[in-house]
Amino acid sequence: MHNIQCDVAIIGGGPAGLAAAVSAKKQGAQKVLIIERDTALGGILQQCIHPGFGLTYYNEELTGPEYYGRFIKQAESLGIESLLDTMVLEVQPTGKIICVNSKYGITYVDAKSVVLAMGCRERTRANIQIPGTRPAGIYTAGAAQRLINRQNEMVGREIVILGSGDIGMIMARRLTLEGAHVVAVVEIMNYLAGLTRNRVQCLDDYDIPLLLSHTVTRIVGNERVEGVYVAQVDENKRPIGETEEFYPCDTLLLSVGLIPENELSRATDIEISAVTNGPVVNQFMQTSNPAVFACGNVVHVNDLVDNVTLESEIAGREAARYAMGSFPQVKRRISLETGNNVRYLCPHLLDIADMDEQITLYFRVLAPEHNVTITAKSGDAVLYKKKAVKVNPGEMEHVTFKTGEIPASSDCVRVDVTKEV
Amino acid sequence: MLKTDVLIIGAGASGCAIARELSKYQLDVMVADKNEDVGGDASKSNSAIIHTGYDASPGTLESQLVVAANPMYDKLSEDLEIPFERVGAILPAITDEQFEKLPSIKEKAFKNRVYDVEYKTAEQLLKMEPNLNPEVKGGLYIPRESIIDPFLLVVALAENAQENGVSFLLSTKVTGLKIEGDRIAGAETTAGPIEAKYVINAAGLYCDEIAHMAGKDDYYVNPRKGQFYILDKNTSCKVEHIVLPIPTKLTKGKLMCPTIHGNMLVGPTAEDLTDKVDKSTTREGLDSIETDVRKLIPKVNLRDSITQYCGLRPNRNPEGLHVDTYDDVKNYVNLSGIRSTGLTGSVALGKYVAQTLIDIGMKAPFKTNFIEKRKNIPCFHKLSRNDQNLLIKQNPLYGKVICRCETITEGEIVEAIHRPIPARSVDAVKRRLRAGMGRCQGGFCGPRVIDILARELNIPVTEVNKNNKGSYMIAGKVR
Ligand SMILES: Cc1cc2nc3c(=O)[nH]c(=O)nc-3n(C[C@H](O)[C@H](O)[C@H](O)COP(=O)(O)OP(=O)(O)OC[C@H]3O[C@@H](n4cnc5c(N)ncnc54)[C@H](O)[C@@H]3O)c2cc1C
Ligand SMILES: Cc1cc2nc3c(=O)[nH]c(=O)nc-3n(C[C@H](O)[C@H](O)[C@H](O)COP(=O)(O)OP(=O)(O)OC[C@H]3O[C@@H](n4cnc5c(N)ncnc54)[C@H](O)[C@@H]3O)c2cc1C
Repeated sequence: MHNIQCDVAIIGGGPAGLAAAVSAKKQGAQKVLIIERDTALGGILQQCIHPGFGLTYYNEELTGPEYYGRFIKQAESLGIESLLDTMVLEVQPTGKIICVNSKYGITYVDAKSVVLAMGCRERTRANIQIPGTRPAGIYTAGAAQRLINRQNEMVGREIVILGSGDIGMIMARRLTLEGAHVVAVVEIMNYLAGLTRNRVQCLDDYDIPLLLSHTVTRIVGNERVEGVYVAQVDENKRPIGETEEFYPCDTLLLSVGLIPENELSRATDIEISAVTNGPVVNQFMQTSNPAVFACGNVVHVNDLVDNVTLESEIAGREAARYAMGSFPQVKRRISLETGNNVRYLCPHLLDIADMDEQITLYFRVLAPEHNVTITAKSGDAVLYKKKAVKVNPGEMEHVTFKTGEIPASSDCVRVDVTKEV
Repeated sequence: MLKTDVLIIGAGASGCAIARELSKYQLDVMVADKNEDVGGDASKSNSAIIHTGYDASPGTLESQLVVAANPMYDKLSEDLEIPFERVGAILPAITDEQFEKLPSIKEKAFKNRVYDVEYKTAEQLLKMEPNLNPEVKGGLYIPRESIIDPFLLVVALAENAQENGVSFLLSTKVTGLKIEGDRIAGAETTAGPIEAKYVINAAGLYCDEIAHMAGKDDYYVNPRKGQFYILDKNTSCKVEHIVLPIPTKLTKGKLMCPTIHGNMLVGPTAEDLTDKVDKSTTREGLDSIETDVRKLIPKVNLRDSITQYCGLRPNRNPEGLHVDTYDDVKNYVNLSGIRSTGLTGSVALGKYVAQTLIDIGMKAPFKTNFIEKRKNIPCFHKLSRNDQNLLIKQNPLYGKVICRCETITEGEIVEAIHRPIPARSVDAVKRRLRAGMGRCQGGFCGPRVIDILARELNIPVTEVNKNNKGSYMIAGKVR
């Protein structure tokens, strides 16, 4: 059996894995290895040929390949190694990685620390339980995007898209540009799931109707999709029978959410958050197994790659320090509490060492709201306070503060989003 | 013109089991099916349970076949390499009224000669199945109720039959039977006429249409829909046995059980329909599963569902499983009413039909070179790391994982495409290997499987179907 030794092993060569690798190497780790199941690095961004990446990280608008291309260049010049076309099958609690490829067969990788950067997968028709037949022509938006942008294959001609997530909206535009007719984008909530800028650039600019508070109630067609029934929903998201209408189409695309891909993490016995569906991490992006770190969509679903890069740089840096034996000594643990209108916080907890650290907590709200105040408090201390005109579950928010500001008497930080009165 | 000794119409569990049995004789056997693949209709959407027959109507042919078939599966599953497990069933009584029914159910099992059914106390049952409704009063344990991979059962029967000389004509619909005097001379099909000395109708839901072609109109078939949920392997609430409800007069009821691959199966409904092509799940049907199964397993979590599907039971009117022969159509065997236990019964039915043919005058000596065993495609994820490594050294395609949820490799997919009965569609690959049957439902492997099919079959991607003709996956190339 083939064996490899390294300091930091990174599972997944998407933007998260690439940024973690570069930062681990810069921190001084000797041998950094990326293991990627695809034939090339870049992750999901390989199929994101649209612009819209790097607006905050680089202050430029890049396409997906341009964005990760910069990281691949850095990785190459730093001498980071990668094992492509290689599927990781197992990460043992000891940190040993078992992977497989055609060239070496079963391969064991022994690493001093591991970074999980496996990204996420898409929710399916079955997850949301759409009744009806099971014909060809039902695709998740990401699978359709892969087919069109990487395999040059068109999924259909008359398209209904369920879900107003970013990928769905981007695919609405892409399919229109390729000559398909997008009948409608249907969204069960009364607000947009994705970024507002995508609604403007991908739907409004192409006159693609967006039906909020609507859902697909039934799929029709024996061999290929022949159409779908669409109905308005009431405040409990239940379809209103009388409003049901038939939309002829040959394709149904689903953009109904992403789930962090944590099959490997589960088997590794690390703690998984029931809310984010990803590993529970501290501000070092360290999981409940001290030698295992995690970053990117495997931790929580990000809408902007720029945020992924930032948190992955932390993960890479800290994994390197762990491998080199210079990881900070943790003194006390601070729990993080989701207050009013906060769905989750990432990282999920803070492990405070001696130094005064700058912390960024990312979060999503539960429901859209206008004119709010975002606060982070610990005991009596207000660590962060800012007004926002608008918050939306589709756009990630954050608070920042320094660990030194947390009172010695407190072991908790709470984040709230409250409506101004 | 195609000629054969025996023509079997239908390549479901029934047709394929008959074909395998007949392949033990020196005969030309042909199986015609309208579908693109073997596997049948009902045979690929059922509860996948190998029943014991404990609850059959005593004395009926159905009881005989199921009771006879169950013990055959230990050897068959070994010979043909079909995943099969004797997990056992429990029949818990939740109410006092149900508790009072237990003795009569046990008595019926006894009449069916299923002697190993045992009474278990509530305490024993809760120990066997901790997720059971704690109000359980007691119940029965039926140790030989088992689970199987239903797709591989039929594929394996077909492949073994084929290796022993049977030919399969797929995408071949029988449209008429040619009757000459008191015999059938042959069949008209969408692939041309076939001359046959004997004809067997194993057409499931459509057996009444074939019977009509043979001039027999003494029954009709309506579909009885059964809807199901399949739950993720990681679902929070699992069971280890087949957990059956106490049957009512109307139905066997909805059950929960593990599948042979470690998922949970929950269902089915029983809804009488008239439309034979209505294979759609409904909100009401799915909701009724939740309500009913909660009475047995209160914590069942249907939000962990990775797929929902439905199957159509061929419900005969008047009811009953029949294997009929006729004085006025001498070389014809008509099967009907193979409704709710046909997967189990198939292997006994095969033997029964072979004997029926002999009874009506067919003469055929045994083959001396019958091949009893069939090798399955190597199942990468079940092998030890060492064996995986060896396999990759022999064929590097086994080192490339295509379906990430079920860990299915390109080597397996390519092999399935080039088997003697080839997998020629996305669903045919899925049924044989489970690529696309995991939690992402082909979101990841789907696009890759399409490309592999196109490459291996040397066809444009636009000709790759999900299953039957018309179910194209790709509408065209990007400009
Ligand atoms: C369709 C789409 C459109 C987007 N559009 C935008 C946009 O316009 N602007 C923007 O800023 N952001 C956008 N995003 C968000 C951003 O691109 C993602 O958040 C980012 O790609 C996540 O990076 P990641 O590295 O965590 O995951 P991924 O990019 O998914 O990378 C994960 C990698 O891990 C590999 N992997 C997984 N499991 C294994 C295993 N077992 N063995 C080996 N390798 C494995 C995968 O093959 C993959 O390469 C978009 C995201 C998607 C999905
Ligand atoms: C919801 C449900 C749950 C069930 N659970 C179980 C269970 O747990 N255990 C069990 O033992 N049984 C179970 N059954 C019953 C079992 O599935 C069926 O009895 C069995 O599969 C019938 O097999 P078959 O080969 O007779 O029919 P089918 O599988 O329906 O095959 C008939 C074949 O005939 C072909 N055909 C029809 N007309 C023509 C034509 N004109 N020309 C050419 N070909 C034609 C069709 O294409 C089809 O392939 C269940 C059934 C259902 C629906």
